[in-house]
Amino acid sequence: MPNKTFFWFFLPTGLAMILFIGLPIISTGIQSFYAQHDQVVKEVKKCDPFGCTVSIVVDNEETSKIREAKPLGKFNGFGTYTDRNHLAVDEIKKFWNETENFGAFVDQVTNLPFYKALIFTLTYCLFVTPNVLLLGFIIALSLNAVARKIRGPLIFGTILPMIVTPLVGSLVLFWMIDSQGIIGANIQNLMNDPYLSLKSSKTLTWITIIIYGIWHHSPFAFVVFYAALQTVPQEPIEAAIIDGASRFQRIKHIVLPHIYPVVTFVALISLMDNFRVFEPIIGFSAEGSAQSLSWLIYDNLVNEEVILFGSAAATSMMTIIGIAILLAPVLIRTWKEFKTAR
Amino acid sequence: MRKILVTLLFLLFGTSAFADCNIKSGSINILANDFPALRTFVETSKQCKGSANFKVTHSSEHNKIAVPALTANPSEFSARIAANSSIVPLMNQDLIRPLDDLVKKYGKGIQDSQLITIDGKVMAVAFMANTQHLYYREDVLKDLGIAIPKTYEEVVAASEKIRASGKMQYPYAAAYKAGWNLAEEFVNMFIGHGGEFFKSGSAQPNINNAKGVATLNMLKKLSELSNPDYLTHDSEAIKVEWESGNVALMTLWASRSGTLLDDEGDPNITKATKLTGPATVGGGNIPAATLWWDGFTLAKNRPDADAEATFRSLAHAASNKKMVADAADQAVWLVEGFVPGPKSIGVIEAVKMGAKPYPMLPQMGLMHGALGSEIVEFLQGKESAEQALKDVEAAYISKAKEQGFL
Repeated sequence: MPNKTFFWFFLPTGLAMILFIGLPIISTGIQSFYAQHDQVVKEVKKCDPFGCTVSIVVDNEETSKIREAKPLGKFNGFGTYTDRNHLAVDEIKKFWNETENFGAFVDQVTNLPFYKALIFTLTYCLFVTPNVLLLGFIIALSLNAVARKIRGPLIFGTILPMIVTPLVGSLVLFWMIDSQGIIGANIQNLMNDPYLSLKSSKTLTWITIIIYGIWHHSPFAFVVFYAALQTVPQEPIEAAIIDGASRFQRIKHIVLPHIYPVVTFVALISLMDNFRVFEPIIGFSAEGSAQSLSWLIYDNLVNEEVILFGSAAATSMMTIIGIAILLAPVLIRTWKEFKTAR
Repeated sequence: MRKILVTLLFLLFGTSAFADCNIKSGSINILANDFPALRTFVETSKQCKGSANFKVTHSSEHNKIAVPALTANPSEFSARIAANSSIVPLMNQDLIRPLDDLVKKYGKGIQDSQLITIDGKVMAVAFMANTQHLYYREDVLKDLGIAIPKTYEEVVAASEKIRASGKMQYPYAAAYKAGWNLAEEFVNMFIGHGGEFFKSGSAQPNINNAKGVATLNMLKKLSELSNPDYLTHDSEAIKVEWESGNVALMTLWASRSGTLLDDEGDPNITKATKLTGPATVGGGNIPAATLWWDGFTLAKNRPDADAEATFRSLAHAASNKKMVADAADQAVWLVEGFVPGPKSIGVIEAVKMGAKPYPMLPQMGLMHGALGSEIVEFLQGKESAEQALKDVEAAYISKAKEQGFL
């Protein structure tokens, strides 16, 4: 396609992307550098059905004056980014100086909310993404090998986990792993430990969410791989069969290289999706044991009675940066290949 | 059948015509939490809507909607049914209007004790009180010769005895779901220990002390006597546990007693379900519970005509003797003419014992939020009580700094 045609072709999408994705990100970025104005409080008498007390309220007249003068809030620079609930720069320095060995230092750092969430998010990505690729590929290969007649229903069954709304899917599993649910009760019996709970143990909760993630995302990889498998040319495979190549060798030397670009694509999308893991945490009520970066943003926006826009904005920006770092190796590789191909 | 229907319809319209407060214009849109008493209250106010447009949103997610919805101008809702904690963010952001004039003009039946005044201005009209108190299974306690517990130490002892008897594996339940619920249990227990959340006259946290540690240790003891999934259990979940007969002692909201004592579920369990006041803890004399009121507030960013119509219809319910007589089971009404029934024991005992109201401070929401996520690891046995409290304070301080309280 000539560049000019491409430009006009892309223009509407590009505009929509700038309007609905670019500008909000810029606005979020700006917001993350601001904090609320210092609260002006005053002491007043408060009376309710249980009696009167003297306590403080926010002085709205004074506050609204300050707010009108500077509607964005108090400029905070990277203050929100470096505070204890985010990168915790000061705390980490302190831990480094105070702790005796590296283990204790790591313990202290992973106790900070942002790092706790980051570790869960990365663990989730690292376990789910390769497993999704592997499982998706195996399913695609096996389905490609079964008789054409039953392929339709099988494909439908396989992509069900993706069709089921994430929240519903996780809720179903949540009830099954309840200590009185079918899986939970059986595990208790099996282990002979009536206090064993999949939901209260941190490790088990992580494992549950990761397994759920693999279950939920595999169909996506499968669908793409299955489509790619249809394009694999038959001639080289037949030639390989004649040469006596085993099934494994055929897959390794012919099929995989052929669908390699698709694998990269699925890996990219999966990584991006998994880095934003959120629904299963809500579905499994796992806030206590597993927090992800997306969950932190949600928590700042809705779980408090006071909405922390600055905090949420800062975490959002760091999530975007995190995804960029994670995708960088794959993107650089694709770019290099693209250049050599030309 | 048809006759009955017609009569019923007639009765329905008959009463609503009777209750019409002659509201001619304006539109009413109410945001409220979702439990039976509030539904009754809003239904009662609807009877009086006259020709005003009437809408209501009952949602357990009301806290998440309220501030954004009322910040808009004009605001989505003309009224918000709030409680002592949820009025604070509305006050902080200046989103609700003083009601003095409206009370003077239309608030005839409202008692003075119902008025929530802040700095001399009426900001809300309360209509019911709530607290968390103990529920017990009379049959189980009697069988094992256990006296009704009055302190949390006795609750622990009783639960251990029940467990040892083999009757129940997890005899105690409370809403310990990580987040708001768990933090609320901490607030109760901390106040029971005589704790103050902030250093007097400032927004500096004050929980990392002996009282805080004692509070956490008690919560941990209780959690060990609860279903191992306690960190995912909210009020609804423990209600279900109770109704399936898995629990003999429970701390739950008074406003939920109606659903426990209704005709649904096992009649034997319902019959043996008894209510008592909240327990004290650590030798303190005030109960480890907080008093709550539910009341209505009116949005500031809404035309005066809407505010007037909304106030009149809600005031109709907030001074309705018939409603409190008919729905005496559903709540402890603060409305004139309410005769407390057996389901109100919890709240009344709490008031008698001198329970404190939930602290109505501008920065309390941040503390509540920090508690909800930072004490989980202690309960899971992953860190010490001191470390957990240190984390709460640190998390709170960062948030309070961002919000300009420190």
